[in-house]
Amino acid sequence: MSNTGSDAGQVELSGLDELWFQVAGTLCNLTCTHCFISCSPHNDSFGFLSLESVEGALAESVGRGVREYYFTGGEPFLNPELVPMLELALGYGPVTVLTNATVLKDEWLERLRVAEDRGPYSLEFRVSIDGPDAATNDPIRGAGTFDRAMRGVELLVRHAVLPIITMTRTWPDGDDQRVLAAFREVLARHGCDRPRLKVLPRLLIGAEAQRTCGYGETDRVSARMMQGYDSDQLICSHSRTVTDRGVFVCPILLDEPSARLGATLAEANRSFSLEHGACVTCYQYGAICTNPSGQAFEQMVGRVEDGAGEGGM
Amino acid sequence: MRLAFFGGLYSNYLALEAAISDARRRDVQELYCLGDMGAFGPHPDRVVSMLREAEVFCIQGNYDDSIGNELSDCQCGYTDPRDNLYAQISYDYTLANTNRENRRWLQQLPVSADIERNGVRMHLCHGSPRRTNEFLWESTTSDAFLDRLIEPSGAGLVLGTHTGLHWTRTTPSDRQFVNVGVLGRPANDGETHVWYTLVELAERPAGQGVPGARLEFVPVEYDFRRLSDEMRREGLPEEFAETIETGWWTTCLEVLPSRERRRGQF
Repeated sequence: MSNTGSDAGQVELSGLDELWFQVAGTLCNLTCTHCFISCSPHNDSFGFLSLESVEGALAESVGRGVREYYFTGGEPFLNPELVPMLELALGYGPVTVLTNATVLKDEWLERLRVAEDRGPYSLEFRVSIDGPDAATNDPIRGAGTFDRAMRGVELLVRHAVLPIITMTRTWPDGDDQRVLAAFREVLARHGCDRPRLKVLPRLLIGAEAQRTCGYGETDRVSARMMQGYDSDQLICSHSRTVTDRGVFVCPILLDEPSARLGATLAEANRSFSLEHGACVTCYQYGAICTNPSGQAFEQMVGRVEDGAGEGGM
Repeated sequence: MRLAFFGGLYSNYLALEAAISDARRRDVQELYCLGDMGAFGPHPDRVVSMLREAEVFCIQGNYDDSIGNELSDCQCGYTDPRDNLYAQISYDYTLANTNRENRRWLQQLPVSADIERNGVRMHLCHGSPRRTNEFLWESTTSDAFLDRLIEPSGAGLVLGTHTGLHWTRTTPSDRQFVNVGVLGRPANDGETHVWYTLVELAERPAGQGVPGARLEFVPVEYDFRRLSDEMRREGLPEEFAETIETGWWTTCLEVLPSRERRRGQF
């Protein structure tokens, strides 16, 4: 569903800070009822990326000055070449992998620890768990997934990983503090006593549009709304996503044909029209896909002019 | 020629005093401070007086922008409620205890500066060359990204602060970035000293790295117990005093990448 009206806000690619790899396509071992791209064991609308294609994009990314790399899906660890891909990417820059932590293996984590220690860059694990207990999580992610994810967290902790736990807010906004406190408690019981938590808003597309509701026709980011807005808050101003079906503007809008910007990173180096309902959620919350360490935080007022070589004493 | 670069004072006037003395003992000719004069510590006006008295060339950090313009928070952008709580306590105290003249002084500071000494072009910024409050962590900043950030400035050496952790890297294109560290609190390493950066410039450019620039991270010992006592007397949170006394960060941890976070205790 898109609004191709000419008053949609436009976002230029100011620079390629993050490069995303849709490494498992839309294939996942889980079928979460809120998934914005409806991933499942049977959704092969996007397939696995090959090691060769990741290698090519990594090499191309150097000339674009990419800061960091994100690997997502679906469940990235379903791709049998994921571990070599992560090892390779760590030679280029910082890497984050987004996982549900239900299929992790000791031998993979051992290899990845060695790869991270070999160079200067961080390997971050972001683990999706959608509630601090099975009663909250399992209706969304599937029966037994809370316990399985907690076993995954224990495994990560044993390998000295400090995972970032991401949770999609399926509770009222006012309950955040209660939920976060419960998360800290349960994670500590599973050995994760330095929890890093990130709450994500729901995106009302894909499976979530069926579970609750979709965006309305008026839920759009207009050109007027972009006046005075810090577009660095939107990842489309500094990211692109490599898939097996071309380069997309972001990892969220894969089901939107207009979000495919080209076959290559070079072709995808162009502006994007914010004509989709989900763009409103990014506009409202800002930087929902990026790690806290790399987030572009909004600055509030006009800057003092540069005073090279004068003043300041 | 020797230059000293300070960052992140966080109102730690005792460490600033010790660092200025140390730099003078080392025959440093020019002193620079890359911003974030306030936060965490007591009596924020004291560092401003010292900076002006010692004729330290200063640029503006996000904290200085906030205090100077009397904004509602420090613009560090935390989302973790605990980080936000402590950041706000620190900010409200600093704003309330910075006098009007010093707020005006913070407001007018330049956000960056370009200098050239002994043929070495240097770009001075707070966070990154493109954004005052951008965190450049060692483990989440690729070589390619550093080159892209540095290239427009035309500098061979870029100096920043903001994260609280000192580090340096020379890119494959032979450009160098230095996070000069902070004087305001220890480097989350279990030690009580703080850090500044000494840059020594040869009279004639040498052949490798940034021509003629030799860097040294300098640890600074100071009376940290006096600082933590004063923090408590001012009613600042015990967590801030604990960091000063133990060398482990207790707050504002959310933005640390995993690699930097693993080195700490919390």
